[in-house]
Amino acid sequence: MRAYEEQIGNAMTSTTTRQADGVTEPFEIEVNEIISHYPISKRSASLPLLHLWQNEFGSIDDSGVEWIAAKLDLTPVNILELVTFYPWFRREAGGKTIIRVCRTLACAMAGSYEVKDKFCEAVGLDPHVEHHGYGSAPPTTADGKFSVEFVECLASCGSAPVALIGDDLVENISPADVSSIVEQYK
Amino acid sequence: MVSLLPIPHPKERRIIFENISRPGFSPDIETYLAHGGYEELRKALQMKPSEIIDAVKAANLRGRGGAGFPCGTKWSFIKHDDGKPHYIVVNGDESEPGTFKDRYILHQDPHQLVEGLAIAAFATNTHLAYIYIRCEFPHAAKIVWDAIKEAKAKGFLGKNILGSGFDLDIYVHQGAGAYICGEETSLLESLEGKRPYPRIKPPYFPAVLGLYMKPTIVNNVETICHVKHILRLGAEAYAKMGTPGDGGTRTMCVSGDVVRPGFFEIPCGGVTLRELIFDVCGGLKPGRTLKAVIPGGSSAKVLRADEVYKIKSKGADGQMVEKDLPMLDVVMDASTLQSVGTMIGSGGVMVMDDSRDMVWALNNLNQFYAHESCGQCTPCREGSLWMSKVTTRILHKGGRSDDAKNLKSIADNIAGRTICAFGEACAWPTQSFLAKFPEEFQARVEEPAP
Repeated sequence: MRAYEEQIGNAMTSTTTRQADGVTEPFEIEVNEIISHYPISKRSASLPLLHLWQNEFGSIDDSGVEWIAAKLDLTPVNILELVTFYPWFRREAGGKTIIRVCRTLACAMAGSYEVKDKFCEAVGLDPHVEHHGYGSAPPTTADGKFSVEFVECLASCGSAPVALIGDDLVENISPADVSSIVEQYK
Repeated sequence: MVSLLPIPHPKERRIIFENISRPGFSPDIETYLAHGGYEELRKALQMKPSEIIDAVKAANLRGRGGAGFPCGTKWSFIKHDDGKPHYIVVNGDESEPGTFKDRYILHQDPHQLVEGLAIAAFATNTHLAYIYIRCEFPHAAKIVWDAIKEAKAKGFLGKNILGSGFDLDIYVHQGAGAYICGEETSLLESLEGKRPYPRIKPPYFPAVLGLYMKPTIVNNVETICHVKHILRLGAEAYAKMGTPGDGGTRTMCVSGDVVRPGFFEIPCGGVTLRELIFDVCGGLKPGRTLKAVIPGGSSAKVLRADEVYKIKSKGADGQMVEKDLPMLDVVMDASTLQSVGTMIGSGGVMVMDDSRDMVWALNNLNQFYAHESCGQCTPCREGSLWMSKVTTRILHKGGRSDDAKNLKSIADNIAGRTICAFGEACAWPTQSFLAKFPEEFQARVEEPAP
């Protein structure tokens, strides 16, 4: 366990501020609304609550895992095992805007590897730093504005190569366009 | 945005994408109602539920998500009056590489899905349904939520729908970036808030022990949308558009090395690969020749351009005759693709021309499967990773002379030995690329290590 913790950074063990201390009343109202969508079993709300949490706090720390588990009458491991399973969830926050470039076949054929490198260069990241996942933050700029990572198929193969930038799908990206695309998100 | 051709290609027949192709069509309910929206739901509520199921059966509607299971048969597994709650879960986790059709339905015509779902729920005596949408479609989730709220405000959802006494609530549930959740039992585990490991069948057939261990229908987005059109056109007319056993239209998503990639709604069996690539999609890029096609999403076995298949069919005199079928003459329907050893799957057609390196392409897919294996079953968890490692080392000239054999052995030991079909899905690309393009793998492993 020790080696694993060191491998993925200190976020697994402790953080100085607890995200759960930042839970507000409107946040809790939203939590209760989400739980009401699952009249048969509130455990079903764990995924949407994790989304809500990560959208609010940027990542999901131990206090978040414990808070959601308590809210749904679960043990923390029931929540942690979701955070560690799904690629979308993170234990460490990425940048304010996350650029997710599609890596899979149709996009790769259309040049997504080059496009991803261009995105790294455009925001000032080293394209050769590998990101191993496991909930760690993807490579993020020093000012915390951007992260760039590869993701698997975004289901837009007809307009390859594509990237999900924040919530927006950007299509038919040519390497030459990358810097002007990044400008729009600065 | 890939958009539809302004004027449908003569091979197309737009039913699912009819609204979307109307100039100025928007996803709000008023626009939908102006084009006959929710009329089929009104009609359905006057029918007997069993009549709706019979119509879906007679329409020969097969699932559009990948497995191609007959939809009416799936629905008839649900016993109407068994006293148990039933659920419907719409699979909008569209993640199969090469597939991009549900994306457009969800973003541009959400009410079509809501109406189809309400009809499906009425037919199967279901009062609670979820639409599972992958979280990489954040706008779609919002658009579908808004559509549900609009439909509820107009009395098409909620309590006592249109005075029929039938109740239905629908909620959107977002995934979190895992391909495995497109597998129906994994999707149910995910929806239950558990780690989404697929369930073993038997006993966990969704129609018997599905969501919350109750009878559940899991259908693809496009499949559910077709239901409305079966009622609108009549089962017989709908079935006639397709081939016997594969009725209606199917959205073919074409990507890769064609001049005009995109999605095209075509009657089932309505085009050959030649027509699809060279006519509908405008052919290959200048100076290129066709090398390979993956016909039904990345998991479908690859077809090589110069292959000629031997197809057995019944001749005029009733005797079985064997015919030669060149690869480009393969008709894009479920049974023809099955007879040439692959599948129509989710309709994702990936085209590769002679500039493509098959080792590189397979390695790309192997990396995908290695990343997406859920890790529950050892053959898949370990095997997908090893296949990825071996193709990577072949690609980077570190391949060993027996690596083609190694790869085949790994793939052969995954397929059929796992809880869910991901095992086959990750083994089939390796098995088929090796079988169809052995010379490319052999040439690479004979190169000396750097």
